[in-house]
Amino acid sequence: MNIDFSKEVDYVAHLARLSLEPKEKERMADQLSDILQTARRIQELDTSGVEPTSHVLNLPAVLRDDVTEPSLPLSRVLQNTPRCENNFVRVPKITVQEQLEE
Amino acid sequence: MKHEVIIGLEIHLELLTQSKLFCSCSTAFGREPNTNCCPVCLGLPGSLPVFNRRAVELSVTAALALNSNIQKQSRFDRKNYFYPDLPKAYQVSQYDRPLAKAGYLEIEVDENMRTISLERIHLEEEAGKLMHAGDSIRDADYSLVDYNRAGIPLLEIVTAPEIHSGREARIFLEELRTVLFYSGASDCKMEEGSLRCDANISLRPAGSAQLGTKAEVKNMNSFRAVEMALDYEVKRQEAVLSAGGIVTQETCHWDEGQKRTIPMRGKEGSSDYRYFPEPDLLPLSLEASFIENLVDSLPELPQQRRSRFKEQYQLDPNEAFLLTVNRGLGDIFEKAARHYSDHRNLVNWVQGDLLYQLREHGRKTEEFDSKLLVELLLMLDDGKINRPVAKELLSKAVQKGVSPQKLVSERGLGRISGQENLLPLVEQVISENPEAADSYRQGKKKALGFLVGKVMALTGGRADPAELNRLFDEKLQQ
Amino acid sequence: MKLYEHSAAGLSQLLKNKEVSSVDVVQSFMDRIERLDPHLKAFITHTPVMALDTATEIDNRRMNGEELQPLAGVPIAVKDNICTEGLHTTCASRMLENYVPPYDATVVGALRKAGLPILGKTNLDEFAMGSSTENSAFFPTRNPWDFSRVPGGSSGGSAAAVSSGMAPLALGSDTGGSIRQPASLCGVTGLRPTYGRVSRYGLIAFASSLDQIGPLTHGALDSALLMDLISGYDPLDSTSLPGKDPNFKASLDPDVKNLRIGMIRQDVTEGFDPEVTGAVHKIAAVLENNGAMVEEVSLPMTNYGLEAYYLIAPSEASSNLGRYDGVRYGYCAGGENIEEMFSRTRGEGFGPEVKRRIMIGTYALSAGYYDAYYLQAMKVRTMIRRDYETVFKNFDLLMGPSSPTPAFKIGEKTDDPVQMYLSDVCNITDSLAGVPSLAVPSGFHSGGLPMGLQLTASPLQERLLLKVARFLELNYEGQQKRPDLKFFEGGAS
Repeated sequence: MNIDFSKEVDYVAHLARLSLEPKEKERMADQLSDILQTARRIQELDTSGVEPTSHVLNLPAVLRDDVTEPSLPLSRVLQNTPRCENNFVRVPKITVQEQLEE
Repeated sequence: MKHEVIIGLEIHLELLTQSKLFCSCSTAFGREPNTNCCPVCLGLPGSLPVFNRRAVELSVTAALALNSNIQKQSRFDRKNYFYPDLPKAYQVSQYDRPLAKAGYLEIEVDENMRTISLERIHLEEEAGKLMHAGDSIRDADYSLVDYNRAGIPLLEIVTAPEIHSGREARIFLEELRTVLFYSGASDCKMEEGSLRCDANISLRPAGSAQLGTKAEVKNMNSFRAVEMALDYEVKRQEAVLSAGGIVTQETCHWDEGQKRTIPMRGKEGSSDYRYFPEPDLLPLSLEASFIENLVDSLPELPQQRRSRFKEQYQLDPNEAFLLTVNRGLGDIFEKAARHYSDHRNLVNWVQGDLLYQLREHGRKTEEFDSKLLVELLLMLDDGKINRPVAKELLSKAVQKGVSPQKLVSERGLGRISGQENLLPLVEQVISENPEAADSYRQGKKKALGFLVGKVMALTGGRADPAELNRLFDEKLQQ
Repeated sequence: MKLYEHSAAGLSQLLKNKEVSSVDVVQSFMDRIERLDPHLKAFITHTPVMALDTATEIDNRRMNGEELQPLAGVPIAVKDNICTEGLHTTCASRMLENYVPPYDATVVGALRKAGLPILGKTNLDEFAMGSSTENSAFFPTRNPWDFSRVPGGSSGGSAAAVSSGMAPLALGSDTGGSIRQPASLCGVTGLRPTYGRVSRYGLIAFASSLDQIGPLTHGALDSALLMDLISGYDPLDSTSLPGKDPNFKASLDPDVKNLRIGMIRQDVTEGFDPEVTGAVHKIAAVLENNGAMVEEVSLPMTNYGLEAYYLIAPSEASSNLGRYDGVRYGYCAGGENIEEMFSRTRGEGFGPEVKRRIMIGTYALSAGYYDAYYLQAMKVRTMIRRDYETVFKNFDLLMGPSSPTPAFKIGEKTDDPVQMYLSDVCNITDSLAGVPSLAVPSGFHSGGLPMGLQLTASPLQERLLLKVARFLELNYEGQQKRPDLKFFEGGAS
């Protein structure tokens, strides 16, 4: 069964916040279909009872003491910031998913 | 048709650590924007998180105070979404293996004890703070971000949908705040943003087992607002259902100004956060000894204190409640009670005059030395001073921490009493105020207060009012 | 012998004996860079002033009789996905073209403290995603052995710099072979350390559970010297291994007697150049003649390594690259509103390969697909690790080709991502298992291009890798050549 990624492209591109040109989208759909087709081979394997590996190190978490250290000077914090105002980072209008309606 | 109200709460609390959850930046509130930041909490390329031990300790302590099961193994996950206040475009949180499960909080509603279950308690990181040009996100052309708050440790507490009214929700939150304050985990200041609450509310026909469609309510900035918003929602949903309509699953924004909830149009379905285990942090493994130490060092919790106050000091439930919810005041009471045995008198003074004076002069309970109150009460009991003077001395003690005993001897504030001292003054005032004297003789009781007041003025407030009353009365009846 | 022809160990000795100054050394490499880099394009940023400043300081300190680290005064090139404070760190991406980090990576701090002059930041595939350095948003790097060919990737710039003598040492990063494959395509030595051996703090993340920084050098001794400097526990990296730093330099006793070496059986020979696999067999024979025991061995789960890798790595990457949204740093496309800004910034700032991987990763983690893709891949990863654990019960080392073929032509594989991914087939499973793996030159292809051998050991056993590598340097012919670049060398140096 072939994977047809073209239906998924728009949704995934939105989830990833990637704007794609129409040609890009088409090419992406083909390439991703190929890649995923290959990757699906792992579904052949019987992995029942196998714990997933999220860390190769079998170590417990490191905990540090609750001590404060000096923070970065403001100039360094903002030295790469595209848009600032009064030492805040400035962003354009937040529309996001939620809009207020009466 | 009568509807049952089903409410669940989701509470976020900032933990009382010095440094942030994953880095050593300060958590101090109120600093200049973007001055408490570093590569880690800004999510700069190449930065990595490291757990703050204290945050883990405080989370476990809070969870213990809420009767939960601490999970020896827990794990952190990434919750991925895009928003300008989220520096890494993911929040490090806990998804399917939280720090604590189950748990409950008992609350008293109309003298009945109710148990509200908790579904989960987990640790996660705070995002930055967004401010919108203008007043609301709706009208703003642009927004400003301050990342000082980003990375502060947050405890998320989710209740089971077992709350049945706005009032119960408020009582729950108040008790939760007290418990967590006592546990030392958080200072729970909603006005500083260290405590936030969202609610889910649905209605179902009484007796039905199925849950109705729920609405999520956000943007409630005080416990009172929570109560009002939920009450409003109950009415709104009742109206919809009574008219034969269906409640749609939506998020509502509480508008404090208009005192109503406003629905927000969301995308179909919920967001896809693509949770997966955080690869930069190893799983949290808590030793039994670590947990035991925290159990042992758990301070006395509110419920225990209230019971103890009732038993040990014979306080009534309201008094025990007040002296618990205001821990500092209760501490003053307890300390004073070690040196003063008339607990009834003590509690009246503490929750009456003392509380009043503290508020009047804007003093914190920690600033007041309970010894001063004991001094005062002992002098009063011995008759060395009268009540009005005592009140004044208390005021000075609260304001400046001055010893009442010292003031009395320095300024000669001792009580003036005894017929030989007072009778001449009584006679003097009567002769100087014949109308008032006549007024009283004619049955106007108020005139007595006037006459007594005159003697008080002459004696700089030191005369014993009770004795004066008696002397005036006797003299005027003659 | 010109200064730039020396190994780092050799330079270290010359400096220690005060036969040359660090300024002389740095100057020699700077001249070489000036002559060659316009053609090779191994560097994105050159830092001659900073390098000379460091060299001068080291010379002064040495003259004052101060005891210095072995590599003090020996210059180094650093891959441009490793943060250098005050110096552009671009990841070869438009997204970070003008980004200047306000902090040093831990490994860079170690270099500065020891006094290694930094010659510049080297080119890579954008965000370390690629196997040829052709995915750099700026320009491709050329293979010093044949300018029409790729140097490999993603640490192609570092490999080319060391190979061509523009730097005696370089730092690269390896996620799915990005140190080892370019090392082999350029005829140098490249080590992927045990996961956690070297701090990742300041390495701009691609796939967090796979990324490691490591050395690219001429030979095992230089690799050991650099490892001694950069490895060790870092309190800023929660995935960094605790424990005392081992002495890598002490591992170089070239005695292979009684070592049990497993030669990985190639189940799929398609795509493997027979001379490459032939070289592996030749080396096996030499090892056996010197007392090692070499036996064919199979790790069946590794047949699924590519598939697991190409789900896990992009998934982690899709999350790690979410932060590039135009808000706090980096490229910003602007927009009427925030959503438009996000999408346009990321659509324009990222190159095609990066976008491809973000898309795969986002998909593999998304609701409804997580179990079938990401979770399944993580389970396969466990099965692969088990294969390694089993095999290391009976073997000390594994050996096999480090790349299926020598360097391919620029543009040869760019249209077919799957083909490009296949170039990593030898390297990927070591990354998934977190084990250390070393690529060493294995001889020359009849076409004149270098070929590579890959040695793999169990966790923390880098010493065995270096030991065998050193042995081969002394006992196996045809290794220590350098590319003939006389055409570009011009005058004296």
